[in-house]
Amino acid sequence: MAGVAGGGGVGGSNDFQWCFSQVKGAIDEDVAEADIISTVEFNYSGDLLATGDKGGRVVIFQREQENKSRPHSRGEYNVYSTFQSHEPEFDYLKSLEIEEKINKIRWLPQQNAAHFLLSTNDKTIKLWKISERDKRAEGYNLKDEDGRLRDPFRITALRVPILKPMDLMVEASPRRIFANAHTYHINSISVNSDHETYLSADDLRINLWHLEITDRSFNIVDIKPANMEELTEVITAAEFHPHHCNVFVYSSSKGTIRLCDMRSSALCDRHSKFFEEPEDPSSRSFFSEIISSISDVKFSHSGRYMMTRDYLSVKVWDLNMENRPVETYQVHEYLRSKLCSLYENDCIFDKFECCWNGSDSAIMTGSYNNFFRMFDRNTRRDVTLEASRESSKPRAVLKPRKVCTGGKRKKDEISVDSLDFNKKILHTAWHPMENIIAVAATNNLYIFQDKIN
Amino acid sequence: MAAPLGTGARARETGHEKQDMQEKDPITPERAEELKLKAKYPSLGQKPGGSDFLMKRLQKGYFDSGDYNMAKAKMKNKQLPSTGPDKNLVTGDHIPTPQDLPQRKSSLVTSKLAGGTHGQV
Repeated sequence: MAGVAGGGGVGGSNDFQWCFSQVKGAIDEDVAEADIISTVEFNYSGDLLATGDKGGRVVIFQREQENKSRPHSRGEYNVYSTFQSHEPEFDYLKSLEIEEKINKIRWLPQQNAAHFLLSTNDKTIKLWKISERDKRAEGYNLKDEDGRLRDPFRITALRVPILKPMDLMVEASPRRIFANAHTYHINSISVNSDHETYLSADDLRINLWHLEITDRSFNIVDIKPANMEELTEVITAAEFHPHHCNVFVYSSSKGTIRLCDMRSSALCDRHSKFFEEPEDPSSRSFFSEIISSISDVKFSHSGRYMMTRDYLSVKVWDLNMENRPVETYQVHEYLRSKLCSLYENDCIFDKFECCWNGSDSAIMTGSYNNFFRMFDRNTRRDVTLEASRESSKPRAVLKPRKVCTGGKRKKDEISVDSLDFNKKILHTAWHPMENIIAVAATNNLYIFQDKIN
Repeated sequence: MAAPLGTGARARETGHEKQDMQEKDPITPERAEELKLKAKYPSLGQKPGGSDFLMKRLQKGYFDSGDYNMAKAKMKNKQLPSTGPDKNLVTGDHIPTPQDLPQRKSSLVTSKLAGGTHGQV
């Protein structure tokens, strides 16, 4: 996908004003586990926005066409299709429940009128076809319009059925099921730029699939040690390079990234490049490794950079420089002095994602208290915004938030101890070309747009 | 050459001061948090918080259904399920199901993101 933005892609967080656009989901305080959103993804054109939840369901929203008679609905996302992608299973051999939670959704580039996406839970990847039907055949010979079979002996004349328009129906059907290739939990899927293959990664292995073939997959990375007692790190995320179909990266729980080239060998256990930031040994603590674990890795649209998210920061790496990142952004440094309690309530293991804007000039990631952060790579300015029902008036401009780290708390600031750690924004997505963002806040999906947009 | 009176005391004081300063040397916030954690959980493993979590994360399940039942029983703190067949059932009439199999959740409930106008904007 080209890195040049269409309209309005230049600049980022502070050059534009983010306004509330829409919110989807129930208001009630009691959140059902199944309704928790677990993944958000725009398709290549940005016209479709898919969400997956813990209940194994996928909901796809479609952007409305511009309509002069309803100017306010311009660019609104409304429900296009919804279906049950995965169901809970029970592995009888290992006495294990297999969750139906959708871990990731990745769209395929559009090649015909239908849309295709890959959705995965811990064990099985599925290819779904979403197609429209707006015509219906009428005038059958052997059955009535309501479907009842006609008595063949009473038919005295034949007619040719004609196609009549009908209300648009969107159908989702599973076209491929890629199962039984992962012993451990799948954390990532990534479609290759060749549009024919894709990879799936679990804690210890990465497999390469062909989209047409479900009974076979190639193992390209295997970091399982012969003796499990020697295990020191796991794979946390993986992604194909946006342009070079032979290159992919995978990140680890130790804060390292390995870039692999499938042309150099069939089994990519040995990396071509190894990215790691040297650690200051004097600052090492019990928490160091845990907070260095990378929860997400994303290539820039240009393919020149990649971004990693660890517990407290986001780092941008130049693919040509392995020994340190070129940019580091602090997401919520004030949490460093709260690591003890964050360890006790398990929040230290939360996996935040990150994303680029269409022109790679800005990056976004989530935090706690329904806050999310945006960083402008050119101006180095950053902003903290909040996804809340309180600031949900149509086209209301979002007010920047500030966390007070100590001493006097100014008006409108919130102190670290008042942050709600149950309100975490783990999943965000940025429209590939415009300044429209989708932010998942537990069971609600917020859509924000830039005012000038 | 005898040291002037008072020097010795001063020297000792200086020594104390040096010690005090070392204790007051700024520990990184991470270290301070680590000390807090170790104070709460002294039995916490000496190895840095890495491999323990990895093993837990990768735990693939149980050796057999007996193992599974034991683990569940421990968690829920209830009596162990009986291993013998239900005496009330005639063999062959029923296919026994493990009591602790999770209930199959209904897959027909539509996501609230897709349904209704309640809360939707």
